This record gives sequence, structure tokens and C-alpha cells, in this order.
Amino acid sequence: MLHTFVALVEDKTGLLARVTSLFRRLNVNIISLTVGGTETVGVSRTTIVAEAAEDRAPRIMASLYKLEGVLDVDDVGRHSAVIRELAMLKIAADQSTRSDLFQLAEVFRARIVDLAPESLMLEITGSASKIEGLVQILLQGNYRILEMARTGRMAMRRGHHASNVLEALGDTTPRIDPKTLSGVLKREAPDLLKDENHA
Amino acid sequence: MIMDKREKEAGNHRNSPDTAIYTQPTPLTGAEAVWATLVGEGVRDVFGYPGGAILPVYDALRKFPIRHILVRHEQGAAHMADGYARASGRVGVAMATSGPGATNLVTGIATAMLDSIPMICITGQVSSKVLGTDAFQEVDITGITLPITKHNFLVRRTEDIAPALREAFRIAQSGRPGPVLVDITKDAQQNSAIFDFAAAAPQPYRPHPMLSADSTSIREALELLRTAKRPVILAGQGILHSGAMEQVRALAERTQTPVACTLLGLTAFPASHPLNLGMMGMHGESWVNHAIQQADLLIACGMRFDDRVTGSLSTYAPNAKKIHIEIDPAEINKNVHVDVGLIGDLKEILETLLPRLPGRDGAAWLHAISAMKGDAAVHDIQHLPDNGHLYAAHVINDIWRETKGDAIVVTDVGQHQMWEAQYYKHDRPRSLITSGGLGTMGFALPAAIGAKVACPEKEVWVIAGDGGFQMTCPELATIVQEQLKINIAIVNNGYLGMVRQWQEKFYDKNYEGTPLLSPDFVKLADAHSIQGTHVRHRAEVASAVETARRHPGTFLIDFHVEQEDSVYPMIAPGAALHEMIRRPKQNPLVETATEE
Repeated sequence: MLHTFVALVEDKTGLLARVTSLFRRLNVNIISLTVGGTETVGVSRTTIVAEAAEDRAPRIMASLYKLEGVLDVDDVGRHSAVIRELAMLKIAADQSTRSDLFQLAEVFRARIVDLAPESLMLEITGSASKIEGLVQILLQGNYRILEMARTGRMAMRRGHHASNVLEALGDTTPRIDPKTLSGVLKREAPDLLKDENHA
Repeated sequence: MIMDKREKEAGNHRNSPDTAIYTQPTPLTGAEAVWATLVGEGVRDVFGYPGGAILPVYDALRKFPIRHILVRHEQGAAHMADGYARASGRVGVAMATSGPGATNLVTGIATAMLDSIPMICITGQVSSKVLGTDAFQEVDITGITLPITKHNFLVRRTEDIAPALREAFRIAQSGRPGPVLVDITKDAQQNSAIFDFAAAAPQPYRPHPMLSADSTSIREALELLRTAKRPVILAGQGILHSGAMEQVRALAERTQTPVACTLLGLTAFPASHPLNLGMMGMHGESWVNHAIQQADLLIACGMRFDDRVTGSLSTYAPNAKKIHIEIDPAEINKNVHVDVGLIGDLKEILETLLPRLPGRDGAAWLHAISAMKGDAAVHDIQHLPDNGHLYAAHVINDIWRETKGDAIVVTDVGQHQMWEAQYYKHDRPRSLITSGGLGTMGFALPAAIGAKVACPEKEVWVIAGDGGFQMTCPELATIVQEQLKINIAIVNNGYLGMVRQWQEKFYDKNYEGTPLLSPDFVKLADAHSIQGTHVRHRAEVASAVETARRHPGTFLIDFHVEQEDSVYPMIAPGAALHEMIRRPKQNPLVETATEE
């Protein structure tokens, strides 16, 4: 299954290599990886989507925490979370096909961000399935996708869930349920929304 | 030249450290800061090999009270630092130059990583101005060692040296220990900065956030312990790391629970204790493995269910509930699914459990194991008739008798390693030093040097095969230069014995690449001005061991043992823990027919 981990890490040279090297060492394939800033200076947020058996998540989390410079790890796929991805698509289009693409973009709430005589560029944000839906429609409509760039997923838990950066830096109270380690059966029921995002 | 240096060191002519540098910020070069930090962290010995990119550090050595042991190959430096740490519990330190010096450390670092040994490797690096240009002897050693260190640092600025080194010490020793590498550019060594030891103190140790031994798990563990009929304690090296020897012993005695040891856990519980069953796993004795398979509760203490101790996982201890007490959350449910995971420091957790644990009558289960042991117990090989053959088991058993079990034994990897585990009975913690996880041939001689430097008052024995010994035998010269007294036993069977054994059992006796021509090891020793002797008959073993012990300097004994002897019992790869290949009857160490 696909796991989505959010790891807050110190913004230091080489730390990303440590994170990716860990997944390679654990023989777990990374599907997507995004890295960027957070509300705290010096802390980066990485969202890692990885393919692994369901019961491997605790060990992946535990191994991430063992890396120096990893401040906090969250298995957001198990919780109610907003998961988004951004994609840019350059599509071959001339005067005759442009208007159809405009309509398509509207349906998918994509934006036209560049227009050239023989192509246009779409920007779309949403769940992975929404982006894949657009791609599918384009291919079925015999449009030529000249280029596509996807960011990979970013995730954030819903609702009242303050960032754990400060907590991670100071307070060591674990947010994860330690029970997930000592027995698979005690794990909380998987969140229903999870499947929507992983579809 | 060499004598001059020795005299200088013997006379302690080195300058004593200026203690003021620890009480007030002082400008130092980076090279001086390296040694000042090491001295401040309590280091007295460093194993190393100089070279261009680490020369500034070597140049500053004379100002500090640290003994530098010049090795013959950097792999030796890493194994020595490792052996030093294993024998003493203190952090071992190895030093090398950039490029090939650094890459030669790699096997030793991986060895320490797999066995969770606190060790620090300091490497020189090319100047920061040419970093990344494929400069002479430049290699990305932090990249290379990323997966085999607990953490590593690339230090480019002088002022970062002391904080990085101090953090390295904290990381190497805290939680589950491991090796840390600190790579320091040459310009960082050459430049000066204010050295402030106190301000360089590392962040306080932040325990792994997934540590968990809450009251519910403790209650569950206590309930399992109370109701178990056939419990077995699995004792691992974590007991030594945690210093929980007394607590494990109290647990065993209070609940009358037998103890099975991993290879690295062999010295964590006294061999002579009546509740000690012996070593478990691939070459564990049959009653130990049968006890585990029949158990209804396993209490795993500081061990990680390595494939060498479980046999096939699907058939492992099928009727047993499992309590896993372990400091590394990533080990819980990795290989074996456990019922209760108590994640934290073993000593603390056992101290929580023990007061709430009632005594227990374990007589029935202990009797049942005794019955399994019965005839399967190895005959007292001292009383077997001398049929002219010299077996490695005799050699090791005699070394045990002559040393009264009191030596630090450092083994290499292979058959002799398993025989050592079976026939040398260790009663003292840290008295067996061996590469378990990585299984590094060539480990014994350098690791023994490290052990001897750490514990000069102890008798140290190397037990190595003819194959592994040749991998690192240039370190004999290190022994001589450092005037160390180490006893060396080579178990020489003319083969890469363990590989040959696998070829015999699983590759139709196709002995490809395993027959091994060796030099005359006694002459090799002689070339180093080390005395030695050959032993070919059993009657000569004890006296040769005695001669070695009495000899004031290092002594080497080349034991020419039976060539095609095999280690039994043995579990074939993929077989269950109880499906052992037992000792054949023609072997003088045979078990009686009732066992078969």
C-alpha cells in the first residue's frame, strides 16, 4: 500500500540524502518526495509517499526518527488529511483546439498559465486522482502532452492540529500512538478519507 | 628511531595539557582543537595512520597526553577502536587521512554499525576550497559511510570542530550505540578559532520519541511472566550496553527462567550459572534451540532476532508469547512479531518489572530441559581417548582451562568462532569480542590490539583461523612496535573452514576456492621477532598454551587441526530452529545414540 509520511527535518546540507538513503536501505520505493519550507526558520517539511506493506509503517517511522536532524514524523495517511499535488502540463494546441482545452480546464479547475502559438500550459492543483483524471481525458481526446511536471504530494492533517515543530524541538511527548508498535491489532481504524486520496 | 619514540613515550615526556583551555575560551588551531576535544572527552588512546590531509592534526599531537598507535592498515585502526570499545565500554577512536585512508576504514565502520559499537572515526579531508573538484586523495567519505554510520559530519570550519566532535561522542554512546565519522577539511585543521569546550557541549540527548514502556505494557508483560509455564530469556548484547547484567540475573533467578544467549550476548550472563543454557541459533546446542521452540514465553532482552538465531521465521517458537525489551523501536516487530514490546533502556525497564514480579517454581520446565540436555551434552572432551587427531574443540577447551576462563578472547569469523562460543565458557562481561552482525574476517588481530590497549592488565587471546588471520596479519608489527603482550592461537585447518563446511553440506563437496595455502605462521611471527610454536598433537596443547602465557611478549601458536572437521549442531539455511544437523557419531565429540 501507499504510505504518506510527513517529516519535519532540520534544514541542513545532506539531510535529504539521509532520508532518501534510509528508504533505499529499508528496500522501500519512494513514489514521490516534496521538500520545502515551514512556518519555522531552519525547519524543512518533507512529504514522502512510499510503497510498502501496511505493517511496515511503524518501522519506517522509527527509522526516520533515528536519523539525526529529524524532528518529527507523522504517518498522515492514517489520519484525516488534506493531500494535494500540483502539476503543470504543456499541451500541443493551435487555434482550432484551444477552446476545447479552455473548457476542459474549467471543468477541472485548472488554470491556463501560458499560451503560445502551438501550445498552452495548464496548471492544476488537487488530489492525485484529479490530476490523473485530467491526464486521462487529454489522452483520450487525442491531445498531445508535450511535457508534464508533477510535484508529488504534500499533506497536512485537518482540523485543530497545531504544528509540532515547537513541540518537537522542546517537548518530547510523542504524538504518535506508541501502541502501533507493540501490536498491529491495537492500531486505530484506518481513516476512510485515506482511500480517496490514495485511489 | 622507533626505540627513541618508545623511550620518549615510556618516559611520558609529552607535555601535559594546559587545563586552562577547558576553563576559559582559548584560541587554538583546528588541529589542536581536535586533540583538546578528545582529551576533554576522556580519550587516552587513538588508533590511526597519518597522511596529507590529516597532517596538521598529527603535527599538534605532541602537545596532548594521548597515545597514538600506528596501525599497518586503516581497517586495523577501525577494528582496534572497535575492540577497544567492546572490551572497555568506552568510545574507541580511529583516525585516518582522506581518500584511501578513509575508504580503508569502511569495513571496520560497518562492523561496528552492525554490532552497535560506540566508535568515532576522524578523517582528514581536502581543503574546503577544492572540495568537490576530485582533488588528490579526495573522496566523499560522508556519502560513502552514510548508511554504515549512526551519523557523520563534514566539518569545513575550525569553529565547528569541537561542537561536531562533542556531538559525535554524544551520538555514539546514547540510545543504541554506533559509529560516528567526523570528516575535517585540511583548512579547518590549519585555521584558528576560539576553543570553548563548555560552549561546544552537545544538545542534550533526546530519547527516541517512540520509546514506550507504559503501565499497560508493563502490566501485560507481568501477566505473561506470571502465567508462563515454559519461559526462556533470550540474552543479547543490549544487556552489556545497558549494564543490566544484575537485573537480568535477578529476573532469571526470581522466576527460575533459563537463559539462552546470542553470540554477542554470551558474556552478558555467566556461563557457569545453573540457569544458563548456552548459545542459541545456527550453531547453538540442541537443547537450547529445542527449549526455545517448546517455550510458551520468550523474554528477549537487548537482542534483535537476527536470522542466525531464529532459523526459519514461520516456524520460530510457534507456541511462545514474546516480550521484547529493546531500546531501538525500529527493531520491534522487524523479524518476529511480538506480543508486548517494552521499548526503552533495558536496565530501567527490568527495574520497573522486578519489584512487581513474584517468585516462581520453574522446576518442571528446568527438569524437562535437563532431560533434553542429558546425553546431548557434549562429552567432556578432556576425557576422550587421544586418537592422534587434534580438534579445534580441544584447542579451545584447553585454552579455557589453562586461562581459567579469565581471559579476554578475541575471535575472527568462521568455524573457530563458533567453537569458541561452544567451548570457552565466559563468566565475565565483555570477555568475548567477536564480529557477529557483519561477520568480518580479519577482525581478531586488530580488535585484540584494541582490547589490550583498553585493558592492559587483562590476558588477551586471539583465536583466528588461517584464512582470517592472513587478512590483517601485518598488524603483528603494530603489536611489536607498541610492545603489547597478546597470545595468538591460529586454528589452522588448511581451508576456509566454514565455507568448506557449507560446500560439504550444500554444494556436493565441491571445494572451490576454499583450500588455502598459508605461510609458516611461526616463521612469520619470527620475522616480527615474535616467538611461536607449532602444535600438531593434542598432548602438546596445554603446555603450549602455558608457554605462551608465561612468555613475557606476544606469542603465537599455530595449531594444525583436523582439516575437514565441521561445526555441529548446524541449522541449514531456511530450516527451522529445531531441525538441526547433529554431531555425527564418528566425531570424537559425539553425542550418544539415544539423541539421534
